[in-house]
Order: sequence, then structure tokens, then C-alpha cells
Amino acid sequence: MNFNIPFMSYRKFATIGSLVLLVISIGSLSFKGLNLGLDFSGGTLIEVSYEEAADLVDIRDLMTNNGFDDFQVVNFGSNSDVLIKVADKNGNSQLGDVIYKFLLDADPSTELKRIEFVGPQIGSELRDQGGLGMLVALGMILLYVAFRFQYKFALGAVAALAHDVVIILGLFSLLSWDFDLTVLAALLAVIGYSLNDTIVVSDRIRENFRGERGFEPDEIVNRSINQTLSRTLITSLTTLLVLFALFFFGGDMIRGFSQALIIGVLVGTYSSIYVVANMLLGLSITQDDLAIPEPEGAEFDDMP
Amino acid sequence: MVLSIGVIYSLPNLYPAKPAIQIAYTDSGKSADQILLNQVKGILEDQSTGVESVGLKDNNIIAKFSSFDDQLAGKAALQKSLLDEAIVALNLEPSTPQWLRNIGGGPLKLGLDLSGGVHFLLEVDIDSALDNRLESLLNQYRKKFRDDRINVESSRKDNKDLFFSFASDEDYNKALRIFNEDNITPLGTPLYDLTANSVRNLVELAYSQSAIKEIRDYAVGQNLMTLRNRVNELGVSEPIVQRQGSSRIVVQLPGVQDTTAAKKIIGKTANLEFRLEAASTTSRLRKEEFDYQDERMGSAFLEKNIIVAGERVTNASAGFDESGFAQVNITLDMQGGRAMQKATTGNIGRRLGVLFVEQKSKSVLAQDEDGNDVIEQTSYIEKEIISLATVQAVLGTAFRITGVGSPQEASELALLLRAGALAAPMKFVEERTVGPSLGKENIELGVRSIIIGLLSVIGFMLFYYRWFGFAANIALFANVVLITGFMSLLGATLTLPGIAGIVLTIGMAVDANVLIFSRIREELKEGKDPQTAIQEGFSRAFVTIIDANVTTLIASIVLYAIGTGPVKGFAITLSIGILTSMFTAILGTRAIINLMYGNKNIKELRV
Repeated sequence: MNFNIPFMSYRKFATIGSLVLLVISIGSLSFKGLNLGLDFSGGTLIEVSYEEAADLVDIRDLMTNNGFDDFQVVNFGSNSDVLIKVADKNGNSQLGDVIYKFLLDADPSTELKRIEFVGPQIGSELRDQGGLGMLVALGMILLYVAFRFQYKFALGAVAALAHDVVIILGLFSLLSWDFDLTVLAALLAVIGYSLNDTIVVSDRIRENFRGERGFEPDEIVNRSINQTLSRTLITSLTTLLVLFALFFFGGDMIRGFSQALIIGVLVGTYSSIYVVANMLLGLSITQDDLAIPEPEGAEFDDMP
Repeated sequence: MVLSIGVIYSLPNLYPAKPAIQIAYTDSGKSADQILLNQVKGILEDQSTGVESVGLKDNNIIAKFSSFDDQLAGKAALQKSLLDEAIVALNLEPSTPQWLRNIGGGPLKLGLDLSGGVHFLLEVDIDSALDNRLESLLNQYRKKFRDDRINVESSRKDNKDLFFSFASDEDYNKALRIFNEDNITPLGTPLYDLTANSVRNLVELAYSQSAIKEIRDYAVGQNLMTLRNRVNELGVSEPIVQRQGSSRIVVQLPGVQDTTAAKKIIGKTANLEFRLEAASTTSRLRKEEFDYQDERMGSAFLEKNIIVAGERVTNASAGFDESGFAQVNITLDMQGGRAMQKATTGNIGRRLGVLFVEQKSKSVLAQDEDGNDVIEQTSYIEKEIISLATVQAVLGTAFRITGVGSPQEASELALLLRAGALAAPMKFVEERTVGPSLGKENIELGVRSIIIGLLSVIGFMLFYYRWFGFAANIALFANVVLITGFMSLLGATLTLPGIAGIVLTIGMAVDANVLIFSRIREELKEGKDPQTAIQEGFSRAFVTIIDANVTTLIASIVLYAIGTGPVKGFAITLSIGILTSMFTAILGTRAIINLMYGNKNIKELRV
């Protein structure tokens, strides 16, 4: 496949588009917040399965009659599987057993699939750790890219990653999807994936800047993107193929994970084309920035 | 070479695990022997269960069965005949051939989300351990000053400090000398933070930071050991009991079905304290009032001084006394025995109380910063008298306590005592239970998505790149084999997110090949001959591949560092996947393409 798409002439639109998405995401994150999953919010979750379709109303009544008020009862996966979440600020680790016991009393065929209890302290610790980890990962990547390429590339790469992460978070917030540990893992995987893309494009930009003199920077950037486009699309496609396999066949426990990654791959592909290039041109990259440095020690040769 | 190692070590995963039963002596000091082995063989043969083999392994006896129904029948038969003599636990035993095991091969360990089981995270309450230490330190000094005739005006414990005030300068100086002497430890680090006021003859004492750290390490270490013992009593195969961070302990019990029972035994922070009954003349400061566990009995006063506590118990067993009531026979260690002997000498005829100490929690209504009512969970320690009996003779290392309730309660108490006491109370801060059916379901779903993912990528590559795609597919397949091989070799645990990691790697692993192939295409377009194009394609794409993979590796290492349990599993498979995919995509594909096109004079190359 040969591409010759004048990507850089659409730069302005892409910038506006990205900014709009970012503003919506940040807005939703700050006003609506994330729908934190059990890992981060703390509380108790219990999943049970019945032989036939479960009557959620009955289960809700049962919960209310047993003195629970802040809880959710939903179907999980199939209509015979039920997920009950209890927001419990006190960190009582016995709740799951208590609930399972009265569910079992009400219907002896109830089968326990899982109970998860996360104490409030652990929840907040995981939150802090997750946020910190994200920053550390971004920081280290910034350093590596700055070391291997040049600081303008590093800024471009990290801007692209932050762009992806914020948009995914924004979407999770906007659609009230559960944000739990697996989604956080997916987010870090997106960082890895999107970076992969970014590096490939950057690598080509660097090569072309060094190889040919006398072209305008945006011309070179444009050509580099076109040269790598078929690879970018094919890799995104194969990754999406396996992610859809995971989404449709991997079960409910990792659905959030595959959701986050699917969005991540789409946004990441876009960001490696536009965000990095935009940043580089915005920082007015020149050929001198990428000139191969003189071998070290060369300047000392003249010294007596 | 590398590939053949990968193939060999991934082989064990093809042999299915067999249902098995693990049998060990209840007494953890005794390892399984020929006698027990013959006994087990006899029982299983009598029952004519479908047992395949019975043998010794490490300190246990492993009996393998052909089906899960046979396994359950076998367990019931064994339990009926062996009773309390041995612990019988259900298990899955790998059927890896001997030659593979000899070279260290074994199947992947499955995480709890795949095998089913429980995961607990417990937090050790260091504050309460510290409180106990300070309390006994206070008593120790009071006694010392009394013996040395140092006149103490007042002494008390307040929060984390002890306060002493002395009647005269002379008493103050003597006491200060004692404090200072005690403060010198062999390592040179101070034990206490001392604040002395010579004008008002006051001494304030608190444990130093290093001492607190030591107390914490001791408490966590002791609890860790106790938990291990308790878990062994539960009869779980391959349990994990590990310290996490400064004051937390992780307990993982794969395959446990009855989680409530497991939690009851693990979470019990039962301890015993032996104290003499206070005489009516004992001052109020030196005695405490406790309720009986049996409410009808009311309450009684015991001395504050603890003769012996649960950690000195080396063995405990339930039994019956002459009149048929349940009793617990207790054996103490040397130190405990000596303390008991010293305390009971000269006190024959007085009554010895046994206190049952249990950690409980209650909710209280409190107000947060904004003045809203919130319910706070506070834990407290409940101490109740289980027996108060007249000392008939001087007691030593072995004695018995009666009045412990039903035989069931007696054996539970004996179990808890035998497993050891906890040095500090603990509370559950995280718990995850996965039912066995969900585990099985997760494996099926995981394997299915790997296969579907793999097939769709293979199909696409073949369609798009034809012969080159074929080479990439072989490399991809080799990659999956290598990942499982290395994970088995490293003993890494496979979790559901770990499977997701493998699936993701499959999608991303072809990236390196895609990069190389696009390069080769470009080189061809520039008019280079096929052989040079292949050469150039590989070498020019190489740098890009390294850069791209190193950065992804950074992200996955960070993920490993911050992640817990399942997320760690994802990070591990992703990291291993990145490394193996670099290997297979660059070297593997190269080798295959050389085989296909090398040494041939190709006129036309289709990529």
C-alpha cells in the first residue's frame, strides 16, 4: 500500500478535535468523576449463580429486609448470574459471608462464584499507587525517549500518551464504566502500545530528517507518517483482532480491560499520527536538532 | 536451541492435572512414613475406590485418582478411618512425566482466579502489640523498684509513654541509673527514648524508633508463623503465607471450598492467659475484674500479672476428664513451665484462672471533620474467664484445664492453641474468594480467546503477506510456546489478566514482522534486488524494534512494581511476551525466510 495523504494540512482540525475531546474528558472527570470499581472504592462484592433466571427484585427485597440500604444488584454476564455490590465504609469483612448465607437460605441452589472484599484503607492505597505508577511510567519513558532521540520527541511522545490516557479516562467517566485494577493495567498497556506506535513514527521522522536536506519540516513529517502508515494500520488491526476476541470470548471479568484497550488502540493510533507530529512542528523542530553528534573526543584532538 | 528449551518446558502443560489427595500427620513435627503409607493403601483398597497410585512425596502421602468422584469417595473413607491422626486434603497433582520433572519441568501455576480459592490480606495491629509490651514493661519496672526499695510516687501508662515520678532525689537517681543500664542494647541502638526531669523527679519513657521496628518485626514474624501453622492445620495443598510490606500478611489458599470455615480458623486471634485469682487484700491497682464466658457464673477478680500466655504453649489436645467432661491438655515450653512452677509454688489452694482472649470489633457512632455522623469500626479485645480452678499441686510444663464447654469447643480451642498464639491481633483488610466453577469457566474463556485471537491474526497475516506471513506465523506460534515454556520454567503464576497479557502479546508480536516486511517492500520499490532488500529490511527495522519494545518494557515493569496479584500476572506475561517476541520475530523469522529464499536467485519477490 502506498499512501500520500497530506496529513499535515489537516493539522489544525486535528488539533481542534483533540482539544475538544480533552476538554470534554477533563470536564467529565472533574464534574462527574470516575465510577470507581471495588478495587479503589472499597466495599464488598458477591457474585452468585442460579439454576434459572434470577429474580433481581426478590434479591433486592431480601437485601433490604436484611438491613442493607446502600447496595446494587445487577445481572452479570447471563440472566442467571447476579452481582451484588455493597458500599461499606466500615470495612466489615464478614458481609460477603452474611449475604451468601441468606441467599442460600432463600434458595438452596444458589452457587457462590466469588466474594471480594476490599477494605477502605486498601482502596485508597491502590488509588494512590495507581496514580503514582502512571506518573512514574510516563517519567521514565520521557527520560528514555529524551536519551534515545531528543527532548522534543520526548515531549511529543509523553504528550501523546497523556492525551490517550486522559481521553480513555474521560470516556470511562462519561459512560460511567467501572474503573478497576484491570482497567488501570489496560491503561498502562495502552501507554506501552501507543508508545510503540509513536516510536516507530518518530524513528522514521528522525531518519528522514537526517537523510535528506532541503525539505520543509512539515513535508518531511508528512512523508514519514505516510511511509509508516501501512505498518501502523496493520499492527492496529492485528491488535484489535485479538482484543475483540478477548472482548467477545474472554468473559465478563476482563471486559473492562478489553474495552479500555480497544479505545486505547484507536486513540493511540490517531495520537501517534497527529499529536506527536503536531508537538514536533509546534516546537519547531529543525534538522540541526537531529544532526548526528560529532564523535566524542573529536574536539580534543586539536588540543596540544 | 532456545526454542527447543521453550518447547520442552512448555510440554508439562499438555499433561492434565490428576485429582489427588494429600495426607499428612496432624502433628506437624512428624513427617509421613511407611506406616501411614500402608495404612492409607489399606483403607483405599478396602473401599475399592479408583485409586491409581499411592506414594510418598516430601512429607506427605499423595494418592492419585482417575476421577473427581473417586477422589471425593477416597477422602471420605480416609477421614473416617484416620480421624484426627492425619490431615486429609484434596489436591490436584500434575501428571508430568518423570524425565520432565527431573530437569525441573512442571506445569504453570494457576492463580486463584483460575484455580478457585481464597485470598486474604491481613493487617497486623502493631499498636496493640506495642500497648501490650508497654503494659508489661510498666509492671516489670514497678516490681523492680519495689524489690530495690526505690520509692515510686506514681507510675502510669499514657498512650505510648510511661510516666514515673519518684519521692526523693535519691530514688530518682537510682531509678534513672536502672533505666540507663537497660537502655544499652548489644547493638548500641537505644531501646528507649528517655526524658528525665531532675527538678520534679519525673521520668518519661517511650520505645525508640528502632525498638518499635523490632517489635513490629517480631509481631509480624510471629503472626506469620502462627498463620502458617493454622493453614497447615486446615490441610490445604500449596498455600501461600507471606509478609507484604511492613505490617501486612497475604494468605492464599487455592482450592479451598469452604471459605467461611477457613476464615474462622485464620481470623481467630484467640489467646490464653493464665493468671492467679486476686486475694481480697490485693490492691485495686493490681487486679482486674473479668466476666465468665458462661454468663450465669458472673465475674471474678484476677491479678494483673500474667503468668503465662498462649505463645508458650507447645502442644494442646482435647480430651475428657474422669467424669466425662471435655478438657484441654496443655503442654508448655521450658520457660513457660518454669514460670508456671514459680507462680504455683506456695500458692497451692489458691485458684488459677484461664482467660480466653479474643479480638472483636464493634461499631460506634462518631463524627467526621464535617460534623456528619459516621459509623466507625473499632476493634477491641475481649477477655473472658473460661476456667477458675483450685491449684491442687505445683504445676509444670504439662497440665490440663477443665470447664471448656462442649467437646467441639474443646477441640477448637486445642487447635488454636496448638497452632500458636498471635503476637498481635489482626484484621482482614482485603478478601477475594473465587468459587471453583468460576475458576474453571475463566480457564475455558481464557483459552478460547487465546485460540480465536491467534487464529484470526494468523489468518490475516497469511492473507496479507502470503509466504512472508507464513514465516511470521511460525514465529508467532513459537512465541506462544516460548511464553508458556518460560513461565513454567520461572515458576510464574498464570492469572486471568495474565491470559489477557498473552492474547495482547499475540496481537502486538507481529508488529516487529510487519515493520520488517514494510521495510523490505520499500527497499524493493527503490529497485534493490530481493536478497539485498531482505538484508536491509531486517537491519534497518532492527533499531526501531528495539526502541519500541524497550519503552513498552518500561511500562510493563512499572506495572509489575505497582500492581498486586492479578495485575502483576498481566505484567509478567506482557514482559516475557515482549522479550520472546523480539527474539522470535527477529531471529526466528529471519531463519525461516533464509530457509525459504536464501541461496536462491530470486527474480521477483512478493511481500
